[in-house]
Amino acid sequence: MIEVISGVSVEDIETIGREISVVDLMTSILRDRILYEESGGGVTFSGGEPLMQPGFLLQMLQQCHNQDIHTCVDTSGYASWKTLKKIAPFTDLFLYDLKHPDNEKHLFYTGVGNAKILKNLYLLDSINKDIWIRIPYIPTINDDEADLLKFLGILAKLNNKPQISLLPYHKLGSHKYAHFQMPYHTMQDIEEPVKDSMVTAKQLFENEGYYVTIGG
Amino acid sequence: MEDKNLKIKHIMNTRIAQIRKQSREAIPSLSVERAQLITQYYKSSRARQVSVPMRRAQAFYHFMEHKRLCYNPGELIIGERGPSPKAVPTYPEITVHSLEDLETLHNRSKVSYKSDEAMRRVYAEEIIPFWQGSSNRDKIFANLDKEWLAAYEAGIFTEFQEQRAPGHTVLGNRMFQKGFLDLKKEISKSIQSLDYYHDPEAYSKHEELKAMEVAADSIMLYAQRNHDFLIDLANHETEEDRKIELMEMAQICKQVPAHAPTTFHEALQHYWFIHLGVISEVNPWDSFNPGRLDQHLYPFYVRETTAGTLTVDRAKELLSSFWVKFNNHPAPPKIGITAKESSTYTDFALINLGGVKSDGSDAVNELSYLILDVVEEMRLLQPSSMIQVSKKNPDRFIRRAAQIIGTGFGQPSIFNTDAIVQELLNQGKSLEDARNGGASGCVETGAFGTECYILTGYFNLVKVLDVTLHNGVDPITGKTIGPETGRADEMRSFDELIRAFDRQLRHFIDIKIKGNNLIDRIFAENIPVPFLSLVIDDCIVNGKDYNNGGARYNTSYIQGVGLGSITDILTSIRYHVFEKKSLSMNNLLEATQLNFEHMETMRNTLLNHTPKYGNDDDYADEQATLVFNLFHDAVDGRPTTKGGHYRINMLPTTSHVYFGSVTGATADGRLAYKPLSEGISPVQGADRNGPTAVICSAAKIDHLKTGGTLLNQKLNPDLFSSDKGKDVVLHLVRSYFRMDGHHIQFNVVTAKILREAQLHPENHKDLIVRVAGYSDYFNHLSESLQDEIIARTMQAPTSFYP
Repeated sequence: MIEVISGVSVEDIETIGREISVVDLMTSILRDRILYEESGGGVTFSGGEPLMQPGFLLQMLQQCHNQDIHTCVDTSGYASWKTLKKIAPFTDLFLYDLKHPDNEKHLFYTGVGNAKILKNLYLLDSINKDIWIRIPYIPTINDDEADLLKFLGILAKLNNKPQISLLPYHKLGSHKYAHFQMPYHTMQDIEEPVKDSMVTAKQLFENEGYYVTIGG
Repeated sequence: MEDKNLKIKHIMNTRIAQIRKQSREAIPSLSVERAQLITQYYKSSRARQVSVPMRRAQAFYHFMEHKRLCYNPGELIIGERGPSPKAVPTYPEITVHSLEDLETLHNRSKVSYKSDEAMRRVYAEEIIPFWQGSSNRDKIFANLDKEWLAAYEAGIFTEFQEQRAPGHTVLGNRMFQKGFLDLKKEISKSIQSLDYYHDPEAYSKHEELKAMEVAADSIMLYAQRNHDFLIDLANHETEEDRKIELMEMAQICKQVPAHAPTTFHEALQHYWFIHLGVISEVNPWDSFNPGRLDQHLYPFYVRETTAGTLTVDRAKELLSSFWVKFNNHPAPPKIGITAKESSTYTDFALINLGGVKSDGSDAVNELSYLILDVVEEMRLLQPSSMIQVSKKNPDRFIRRAAQIIGTGFGQPSIFNTDAIVQELLNQGKSLEDARNGGASGCVETGAFGTECYILTGYFNLVKVLDVTLHNGVDPITGKTIGPETGRADEMRSFDELIRAFDRQLRHFIDIKIKGNNLIDRIFAENIPVPFLSLVIDDCIVNGKDYNNGGARYNTSYIQGVGLGSITDILTSIRYHVFEKKSLSMNNLLEATQLNFEHMETMRNTLLNHTPKYGNDDDYADEQATLVFNLFHDAVDGRPTTKGGHYRINMLPTTSHVYFGSVTGATADGRLAYKPLSEGISPVQGADRNGPTAVICSAAKIDHLKTGGTLLNQKLNPDLFSSDKGKDVVLHLVRSYFRMDGHHIQFNVVTAKILREAQLHPENHKDLIVRVAGYSDYFNHLSESLQDEIIARTMQAPTSFYP
């Protein structure tokens, strides 16, 4: 018989996320092999933070690597170098977040400083990994010229010129907070950036020879 | 950047805008002219003295000799089937409309055809008394047996030929290099080689060939009449440029169709005369169509643009005028079940662009792009357009098509040339004929210029399962229409159910094929088509009519409908009844009987907690391949009366709405009388893993064993705001085709706009949507079809690009 849950009809109880084995996920990934090949795509491990599950991630990356499937890890960079070093050989591309150039402010907004993140970035660069830097562009937080110049300072120390994505701040996540009946975070009053300022910021990076996209 | 065509904003010139407007605004009406002329001829003593093919040819001659000529100011291609744009003739020898039919056609809220009092009087006094009881339709129904009628009335299948003639064919390249005088020489040769001493069919062949001669003379006479008409118009024309143009058009009517065309303009007019001949002779399904237009016209285009006698703009203007001609010709009036299965004015002329040449090389040329410009700019329902994509064709070609698709009128649809070629080879065509082929109608594979490939009727797979579950009884009427294959509640395994289904399936396929074979003969013996036979190889050489196996290849299709629905129903049963045992068969059957009333929890389980086709879930998709293979094996390879074979394809037009309306609630959670899934698309809203999962699911059936499959996808218009959209289409198409998918088409419109259009149709008169293998004005669709399209899953860009 069907299990009857009182008060619930066609409206569904929602579960978010599920457990999956390496074998099952790999089967699922391989189903789309033709699509990766035709579109020049591959698999992106994102999150949350994929490095929170280093063992699983490593196995998945290795398996994809064995199948010639392009791999990409989307990370905050806040992880032990030991972990990053292990996954690096099987990762074709890192999407690497830089949230604030200033250690104190990084600590204030994210709860951790950026020292470890920067150190990892330089180490990945030193072994010539392909990296795309992703900067969330947040008005009043990290968008003034001084901040942007500091970002440039950080990037200048890299041996390889990474591609840069400036990600305009948005509030699309607010519904998730509402969903869990949590108050929206400290940046709720911040407006989404105006296009002109994004273009100016983009120009600033481009002047230094970087390939920059807005969004992406 | 590399494509200048993309950058130029073409502006339609006033003349084209004017004839387009005339066409758009013309109200479809019935013209009594043809019925009257044909009846007049059939009443004559001459008609009684000659053989059937000659009678058909002379009737055609009589029509071409006396029909009123039509000229629409500004147009560059001359000739209408009726006396004015969208004035549609009737074909009483094939189906004679009663006064009530005329009334229904006049008054119905969708796809109506206006008729006046005068027409009704002629029908009452001349047409009905003469044809009632002796039209081809009457002959058909007098001969079909009870079994057939019971299955037909229950909605197991439809019958294409009951009120329209077979057609379903496309012109090949040969006719762009020949005139009808050339054909007459071929006929003479064929007559001379008749062997009365050894060939028992020699007399029949002679009569058929003589009929073809008369048919050739008819079209040349019609052209001559148009020539004289144009000279007269030119003489009265005050504007000097137009006067010259009319004289040119008159000259063209001297050249074609008697002689092979020598210019781009002549080639278009030549085709158009042939088109009018085919659709006036009878009311063939899928109108008729020039097929690989960019290939046929290219030699003329190159020769003239090189010589400087044709500019690109003029070529475009001529093509635009040609486009309007198609739009001026709605489908012949359909009534009853035929109207339900194909509820549209569209008559399915499908222009093919791209693909491969007969030597297998990339066929995309400059003209392919120019015609795409015309498609985009004209934005007309007819003709419909598609691109053929082989692995050899450039990405640029798909991107250009995607750009037009992004404007949201469902055109062009996209076909896999490499699959089409393999399908045709699989059916026994030569490699060259296969490469010269394409798709017509909605998605039907055909060897252009050489094949008679008729659709015989839609087949309701879901209803057959429902009858199986009720041990041979139609649960809607309580009538026994199938064999007793066992009580569903006594079946101990899923396999047992499948075996029972297979028996029912074969039972109904047998009935359908028996009916088809009978109808084929009725057409062969009563309604030969000597004109169509002239232009399709090898009717002249064989001395045989198109409707009697004269073509080089002959294929009859039965079109399976409801693959997504039946897959989900079987999956529900396999999963809940036989595996999880969470529901008994009786529970399930009772729930469907009660249309799930007060059983929301069960319905929720069936809808939301059951594997579904379209999500790349093997558990569900296994049932799709299972049913597909059973259907294929029951039909494929059986002989037709024309020396060809039965094949399957998977498309619905609007029959999924009709079939749904005769099918009760089903175990996938679908409510009674709601539409079934269309083509090979998932059940509306059941595909939740994005478009890539849909194509992976759809590719699990073996498309190469069919004569066409139809896959619809709805994409969010936002996707097309950047180049990304074009690339999504490109990658999706290339991937699907690498998996041997046959066809894919896209609706680019939001449910929100569609809902708003339902509420305020007056604000959305121009809203065009993709239905199934064709586009239509949203306002022209029945409400249930509108609802069905709204319910299809909207694929958002995020599901393809993270």
